[in-house]
Amino acid sequence: MIFFDLLKAFAVGGAICVVAQLLIDLTRLTPARILVLYVSIGVLLGAVGLFEPLLRFAGCGASVPLIGFGAAVAKGVREAVDQRGAIGILSGGLSATSAGITASLLFGYLVAIVFRGGPKKM
Amino acid sequence: MKFDPKSYQTLVSRRAARSPILPNCLRAFAVGGMICALGEGLSHLYRAWGAERELSMTLVSVTLVFFAALLTGLGIFDLLAQHAGAGTLVPITGFANSVVSPAIDTKAEGLVLGVGAKIFSISGPVLLYALLSGALYGTVYYLISLFR
Amino acid sequence: MQKPILFEKPIYLLSHASAVGGEEKKGPLGECFDFCDPSGRFGAKTWELAESELSRITLSLAMKKAGISHRDPDLLLAGDLQNQCVASSRAHACLGIPYLGLYGACSTSAEGLYIGASLLSASNTLHLAAVVTTSHFCAAERQFRLPLEYGGQRPPTAQWTATAGGAFLITDQIPDRPCAKIMGGMIGIPIDSGILDASNMGAAMAPAAAHTILSFFEKSRFSPSDFDFIVTGDLGYEGSEIMKGILCDNSFPLLTNHLDCGTLLYNPEIQDVHAGGSGCGCSASVLSAHFLPMLEKGAARRILFLATGALMSPSAILQGQSIVGTAPLVIFEGEETFH
Repeated sequence: MIFFDLLKAFAVGGAICVVAQLLIDLTRLTPARILVLYVSIGVLLGAVGLFEPLLRFAGCGASVPLIGFGAAVAKGVREAVDQRGAIGILSGGLSATSAGITASLLFGYLVAIVFRGGPKKM
Repeated sequence: MKFDPKSYQTLVSRRAARSPILPNCLRAFAVGGMICALGEGLSHLYRAWGAERELSMTLVSVTLVFFAALLTGLGIFDLLAQHAGAGTLVPITGFANSVVSPAIDTKAEGLVLGVGAKIFSISGPVLLYALLSGALYGTVYYLISLFR
Repeated sequence: MQKPILFEKPIYLLSHASAVGGEEKKGPLGECFDFCDPSGRFGAKTWELAESELSRITLSLAMKKAGISHRDPDLLLAGDLQNQCVASSRAHACLGIPYLGLYGACSTSAEGLYIGASLLSASNTLHLAAVVTTSHFCAAERQFRLPLEYGGQRPPTAQWTATAGGAFLITDQIPDRPCAKIMGGMIGIPIDSGILDASNMGAAMAPAAAHTILSFFEKSRFSPSDFDFIVTGDLGYEGSEIMKGILCDNSFPLLTNHLDCGTLLYNPEIQDVHAGGSGCGCSASVLSAHFLPMLEKGAARRILFLATGALMSPSAILQGQSIVGTAPLVIFEGEETFH
């Protein structure tokens, strides 16, 4: 059973990455624009309720790609609005994703303190 | 010199070698899929240790962010990403790398105006547009909820 | 009006030196460079200071080779890829030599040699000039593109900024040993061909190189066969092909003796070079390590050298401004031509 979960995560996550790779190679969109596109699509998918079924099917195959980040923002906003009203519009997005963002900042800072950048290899 | 900039630009973009699309896509699929499968495996592990589903997802993100940060610091991430392309970019590992890499890179410019100011220089747009679209959705959702 | 200049008296290349980083050492010319630091740090704390150190080391090697450490050059022309040429001015601030910082992007090597030779040729009081140009991959990447640790994919047309420097001591006095000579040159016209893609600099520079070649052969007494080699700075694989295409469109005979420094510096079999090397250290180090020794040994007797520069800044690129190319030209001859 776990094996099928891993397989579904692999297939869906891989497919989401392939779409981005095609966008990079075929449209010459810069990676930064593609990531912005992906989180925005994630918010949209979360908003219209399409992300939940994908998440139930693929687990981390849906949540680990950046679409999952956008969907988490959408979910956070929705739940915060439900619980606290209008202020949830402002508070929901960040609180739902705060662990990932803070972890990136914290580890980023620690890594920057500990490591020294090396020369880039070809 | 006979030279027409307009037709030149067409010529240049037509003759510019394309990235090898099929190998790129296969590698993106394999690496991206593997990162997601690793996440799935971790989430099973965290749930086996007693975490509920929501928490296990958060822990997966934090774990993957940690490893991406470490590999970035060791100078391995960029070598991997040169081959994996979107496979490392699109998962949360790419977000972590885009936070960590400017932080390491700007250490020499100081911890406040170097690391502090530049840490969001690449990931900033992602955060901005995620939160903006979130707020937009929240507004629409709130207005609809008023009339229910 | 654009005019090729031939000096009344040749300017001699008294000595020259090259220094490189690790990837350049692994390339086909690896054994020919005078100095290498595989780490690319050159003993400095930051990449920007490393480029400065590279400039200092390269010049002191050339001075040592010339055996003139007791005599200062009358002027120093130096350039690099950093904003305001800070690497060069810092490197040579304590030497007490009159200094002019040059910026021609990757074309600075030919720009410096041509300006230096012109000044010596035009003056009775200036006799010895030093020209140094450097580029450093890590400093350039940080300034123009993305953090070094950022995981991105370079497109096939992207070029690799060489971590390399070249230094040249030029004099109007006849030296006591066989030296290569600068016979003249021509200043290139900056050409805006409308290229917006910063990862296709070969395409941005190729029209300027083609223009300089067409204009030079139209206005001078030379023909392409008078030269053993027509050497371009860093058009790379992509830019070289495009330049030949433009020359062909202008019914210019096919160049059979064309070589490009950007395609000579790395080994595409074992190195992931994409479209080749670039940077003002690329043409300077290949000139010093490969082409000038050929002239000195008599393996070549006349070389046409065009360094090519793509002039841009990160803000200009983001604003959608196109990249302007430029290609100054220098004529080198070996001692053999006299005999």
